[in-house]
Amino acid sequence: MIPISYYLIFAAALFCIGLFGVLARRNAIAILMGIELMLNAVNVNLISFWRYATPEKINGQVFAVIVFAVAAAEVAVGLAIFISVYRRRGTVSADEIDLLKW
Amino acid sequence: MILNASMFLPILPEILLVALGAVVLILDLVLPKKQHRNIGWVTAAGMGVILLLSIPARPETEPSLVWGGMLRHDWLGFSFTMLFIFGAGITALFAMDFKKLGHRGEFYLLMIVSTIGMALMVSAADLVMLYLAIETTAIPLYILAGFFIRDDKSTEAGFKYFLFGAMTSAIMLYGFSLLFGFAGTTNIYQIAQSVREGGLPAGALIGSMLLVLVGFSFKIAGVPFHFWSPDVYEGSPTPVAGFLSTASKAAGFVVLLRFMMVVFPDITLQWGAVITAMSVATMTLGNLLALTQKNIKRMLAYSSIAHAGYALIGVAVISQVGVSSMVYYLIVYLVTNLAAFGIVASCGRITGSDEMTAYYGMSRRSPWLALALLVALLSLAGMPPLGGFVAKFFVFAAAVDANMIWLAVIGVLNAIIGMYYYLTVLKYVYLYRSEDEEKPLLVTRPQKLAITVLTVGIILIGTVLVPWFNWATTAAASVF
Repeated sequence: MIPISYYLIFAAALFCIGLFGVLARRNAIAILMGIELMLNAVNVNLISFWRYATPEKINGQVFAVIVFAVAAAEVAVGLAIFISVYRRRGTVSADEIDLLKW
Repeated sequence: MILNASMFLPILPEILLVALGAVVLILDLVLPKKQHRNIGWVTAAGMGVILLLSIPARPETEPSLVWGGMLRHDWLGFSFTMLFIFGAGITALFAMDFKKLGHRGEFYLLMIVSTIGMALMVSAADLVMLYLAIETTAIPLYILAGFFIRDDKSTEAGFKYFLFGAMTSAIMLYGFSLLFGFAGTTNIYQIAQSVREGGLPAGALIGSMLLVLVGFSFKIAGVPFHFWSPDVYEGSPTPVAGFLSTASKAAGFVVLLRFMMVVFPDITLQWGAVITAMSVATMTLGNLLALTQKNIKRMLAYSSIAHAGYALIGVAVISQVGVSSMVYYLIVYLVTNLAAFGIVASCGRITGSDEMTAYYGMSRRSPWLALALLVALLSLAGMPPLGGFVAKFFVFAAAVDANMIWLAVIGVLNAIIGMYYYLTVLKYVYLYRSEDEEKPLLVTRPQKLAITVLTVGIILIGTVLVPWFNWATTAAASVF
């Protein structure tokens, strides 16, 4: 069987790619995609820990299901917010949305 | 699992909140448009009724895990649930007369849902429940921050709040997933035990602690994850900003406290140091940046960052005295800051501006409102005999008690800086003159009611200490 560390390293890499995307990208949609990658990394983690460490319990699976259900809700709200910004400004670039600053 | 009535008792407040949400939705549907403002009265009265009806749901002195270990029924969770319900009721009163906010049923619904999330957050005893509760709190708040969809600033506030919130919660969740892997269980009261048995290196635990801390410090707006809060508070509708800066922040504090104490008892040295550093940075930065603000909402935002720093002292000292001082601080802070934001909301509704210049000569336009602002700001500044003084006193005493006198000294120095910018606002209110002095600031009835309740509350917490302090101590004792 593939050792668990492969999955964990994959998840860590995915998480880092996602985090980089969030920090480096300027377009809000791209940032959202980065966040989704991070959440997927979490799910890979959860499922592999569940499979290798506690396959007899259901906790890990339930956690993963809840994570992507919540992620879907979060994205729905996020996109709605982006649309309301886009209607006002005609852009969703995080650089140009800078009315509020000190 | 067999259901019986006694199982529902610990979640009675949450069930009642769901019922209130349903009532609000139905009223939004059946009432004619002109009457929608009255949903605010229904929400506020409903919150009052829930407070009363929840009395039988109060926990025993011995905390217990309920609902398969998902929730912990203890005084800490229960007390804060009551505080959030109180805060939501007050916010409903403040918001009622904003045409685009309080005349819309969905505003009240979103606030109620968010309150349910907070209530579950403070009593969550399982990683799954905790994550779900944090998101239930946050998602409605993203919408509320961007509620004025025809207002550039409000949409921007929602935009920023959402992006930072989603990012930090993903990082926190990665920490949760690692903790689940290390411990093989999601119950936060079993994680410490199983990690100890597993013989994991401390480094792995510290790493996941830092990841989790990112999410929590976003919630409490602690440095270095504070930068969203001034923008979001300035842009979002003022009653919402008040709710964000009090209830949501207090919920973050309770989760931070419970999580650190329960999950990481083996690395207290490390997280104690991190929290201490964060506390010093948070209060200093918050106070220094507040000095230069020209907009009162931004000033209050930085001041609330500073207050998070003071309250963090109570966590940083890692003692029972510290925890009770933090709980006391949060009670005072919640009441006081709600009052400050509420008064700003009442003024802003009439003057249409949140700049400091709008407050020139306010005492001549509305002496009572100015007096309430005086009480709220002096309490934030920590003047006796108001609540803020006692709260600061307890927090600094806890630091001295734990042999961290230097931390108390930094706190006191910060309190002096804080005094300056609060008094500056009062100078504008009482000493400056403006051309609009003939125009009185008319405060509507629900706002009058809310401001009176809060002002009396601030004075009562500061003068009648014993019941509040006993309450805080009972709540704090139930963490351990």
